[in-house]
Amino acid sequence: MSTLAANWRSVIRSGLIAGGVALYTALIGMLVAFDEREVVRNSFTLGQLLLVAPAVLVGWLSGRQSTQVPAGQRLLRGLVAGLVTSLPLLALMFVSSVVNLRTVLINVDRDLVRLISFDHGVGLSGALMLAGALGVSGILGAFVHLIPARLRHALLTALAWMLGAGILGELVRQLLSQFLDREALSWFLRRDTLKPEPAALLFVVVLLADLFWSWFRETRGRREGPAPRALQFTRVGGLAVLLLLLPLLVGSAISDVLTNIGLYILMGLGLNIAVGLAGLFDLGYVTNFAVGAYTMGVLTSTGVLGIENKMGVTVFNFWLVLPVSLLVAMFTGFILALPVLRMRGDYLAIATLGFGEIIRLLALSDWLKPIIGGAQGVLFIPAPNFFGVELIGPQRLYYIILGACLLAVFVSSRLNNSRTGRQWMAIREDEDVASAMGINTARSKLLAFTISAATGGVAGAIFAAKLGTIFPTSFNLLVSVNVLSLIIIGGLGSLPGIIVGALFLVGLPELLREFDEFRLLLYGTLMVTMMLARPEGLWPSAVYQREVRRGEERAPPQAGEQAA
Amino acid sequence: MSNVVLSARGMTKNFGGLVAVDNLDFEIIHGAIASIIGPNGAGKTTFFNCVTGFYPIDDGELIFEGHDINGWSSDHIARAGIARTYQNIRLFNHMTVIENIMVGQEAHLRSTWMGAILGTAGTKRENRESEEEARQLLQFVGLQGKGDLIADNLSYGDQRRLEIARALATRPHLLLLDEPTAGMNPRETAETTAFIRRLRDDLDITLMLIEHDMRVVMGISEHITVLDHGRKIAEGPPKEIQNNPDVIEAYLGRGAAGSTSA
Ligand SMILES: Nc1ncnc2c1ncn2[C@@H]1O[C@H](COP(=O)(O)OP(=O)(O)OP(=O)(O)O)[C@@H](O)[C@H]1O
Ligand SMILES: [Mg+2]
Repeated sequence: MSTLAANWRSVIRSGLIAGGVALYTALIGMLVAFDEREVVRNSFTLGQLLLVAPAVLVGWLSGRQSTQVPAGQRLLRGLVAGLVTSLPLLALMFVSSVVNLRTVLINVDRDLVRLISFDHGVGLSGALMLAGALGVSGILGAFVHLIPARLRHALLTALAWMLGAGILGELVRQLLSQFLDREALSWFLRRDTLKPEPAALLFVVVLLADLFWSWFRETRGRREGPAPRALQFTRVGGLAVLLLLLPLLVGSAISDVLTNIGLYILMGLGLNIAVGLAGLFDLGYVTNFAVGAYTMGVLTSTGVLGIENKMGVTVFNFWLVLPVSLLVAMFTGFILALPVLRMRGDYLAIATLGFGEIIRLLALSDWLKPIIGGAQGVLFIPAPNFFGVELIGPQRLYYIILGACLLAVFVSSRLNNSRTGRQWMAIREDEDVASAMGINTARSKLLAFTISAATGGVAGAIFAAKLGTIFPTSFNLLVSVNVLSLIIIGGLGSLPGIIVGALFLVGLPELLREFDEFRLLLYGTLMVTMMLARPEGLWPSAVYQREVRRGEERAPPQAGEQAA
Repeated sequence: MSNVVLSARGMTKNFGGLVAVDNLDFEIIHGAIASIIGPNGAGKTTFFNCVTGFYPIDDGELIFEGHDINGWSSDHIARAGIARTYQNIRLFNHMTVIENIMVGQEAHLRSTWMGAILGTAGTKRENRESEEEARQLLQFVGLQGKGDLIADNLSYGDQRRLEIARALATRPHLLLLDEPTAGMNPRETAETTAFIRRLRDDLDITLMLIEHDMRVVMGISEHITVLDHGRKIAEGPPKEIQNNPDVIEAYLGRGAAGSTSA
């Protein structure tokens, strides 16, 4: 039968694609680099995980494509997919045993062979190990579909927690070290590596908790409608307490990561006003960040820059300059928006991209060097002072950033649900029609750019005070790209999406810093996968979700379809 | 004549070498229902686009209620009192029905972004009132109960109604309807025709429509202007137009009247 043949063909094809991916990770040295890192001590490494991951994935896909097929055959498909996945690596193994590939492909070394043959070498036994491991992985992937839904959910959740805790061992150690002494800690971890016993314990605990939770929800019956007021109140209250205590709970190192995430959230909230709400594709957001940072830097520092008062101390402190930074950024945003108001889409993106570069070059230029220090940047920017308490270090700065973010969330949501928000939405949907409805589109867009710029300016100002020094190199294109990516990945126009996006794009790479070499690769893979699998973002806003989920909510018939 | 609402004199619009509207003289008086007809590509929609400020005209003048509106921006013209609908419906597809109408009220809203951030009493009141007014408009066009649906999910006929409601929200003096019955079945067409008449009778709005359906045109309009290749080839009351040999040749000659509906 031709459909059957086509099915098998697709199994083999996806297997080959996965094999290609596996081969690629091997050739670029990623497999070996990740092999350095144990996920669970003395059990398996991240490299091994990465090696089997493509096979598990295609096994899962192959098992899914055949719903009406008996279980045995679905497992068989998984096996075949897994075996096919191993073919490219087997070929690599064979070729490398015959000719020396290292001259061309420097990453094909003994370490790689040891990894992919599971310590059995290039011979027949090594080849069998590799094929066997990937075949079994394929079967496991397919097997996932055969587990009853509730148990499957629990198992996968437990697995995700265990792997997450293993991979983010450093984070786990820092979290636990807040509460445990060294001895207790050593039961869980050796250095940053999770030990097998706590890993198993975590797996079992999460498994049981998940099973219990789904059973609990079932017996209680799902309640419809909004949560009662009391429950909502406790939720908000709990969140507030958590946010306030967070830096104390996680310690200094992770607080530092949190402040970085916070600054990106702040910028994301700002850029979201232009891109998410008004649909203005701004690729030069770093401009506002730089303007805010330099305003703070130049006005509060003394020394090399020469803006000092007569007594030789800074008259301007952080709190005084913060609103000034906001206003200066707002003003620059306004001026820069003027020439681009008539541009749309790609043209706007290119023009704003240009602004970002101009700012960086200005910061580096000899012309402005007397004021802003050129390549040497601005030094000795004092930390903020709060009623006599120096807000130095991430655990204290966190609160300033938290405050700024909350304010930005408040302003964004107020604006979004107002006349102004409707104007932006209309412009985003159809600028010509918006204008024919009486909206002064130029003024509306100018407002979006200006408010967006103000937020970026505040983020820059806090950034300057946080680091104490700023250099032109901090203000490059990558900042704009990061901010834009995080709001797109989180879900355009969605405020919770920005937070999720920042956690993913800023938080994750900071915690996985040791794979620095492959950071951009992971980043790119994540982006592409996201755009394919969830184009509306991780946590989409209602409006953008409508664009993706059209037609699911047709007019209810009782609402009066008069047409017979 | 002081009760002329809109007049065009020698109006010309070129697209490159193509003369889409050619030296057009046109006049509509207060409270009239006037139709513009003509074969495809005659320049009817282009005329609307010029009147609503989408394109500047290349020659001639456009006078609306005593103002020369040539060169005015679309939003300025909308505020002055001209609203329109589109041949291929152009709603804000992902906004709700109510939101669409509230965008139409733009010209009359006063609240500012500062007011919105601070949540001032005036802003809240205006928001309440404008939503209230939008719901009344929904009632008027027969979309009651559908205010919170996404515009994109409305049926075709309802989308046309919503477009009219959105245009009415601007409180126009002159309303331009570009093929309001296109794609409708005979019953919907009859409803829409009656509805258009109510706009004039109840709301005192002057109406211009582009229509292909000859029964609608002949039944509703008091004055008809016929365009062909951008040029006006005839104008007058329906009776005269029906019997005008030029029109029959240029337009009706291509098929029997009444069967030319789009
Ligand atoms: N923006 C534009 N650029 C170039 N040519 C245009 C543009 N808009 C319209 N035209 C051309 O002008 C002519 C008149 O177009 P218009 O849309 O006004 O016709 P119409 O009378 O509305 O026709 P229909 O009955 O098909 O709607 C056509 O030849 C069209 O191709
Ligand atoms: Mg047309």
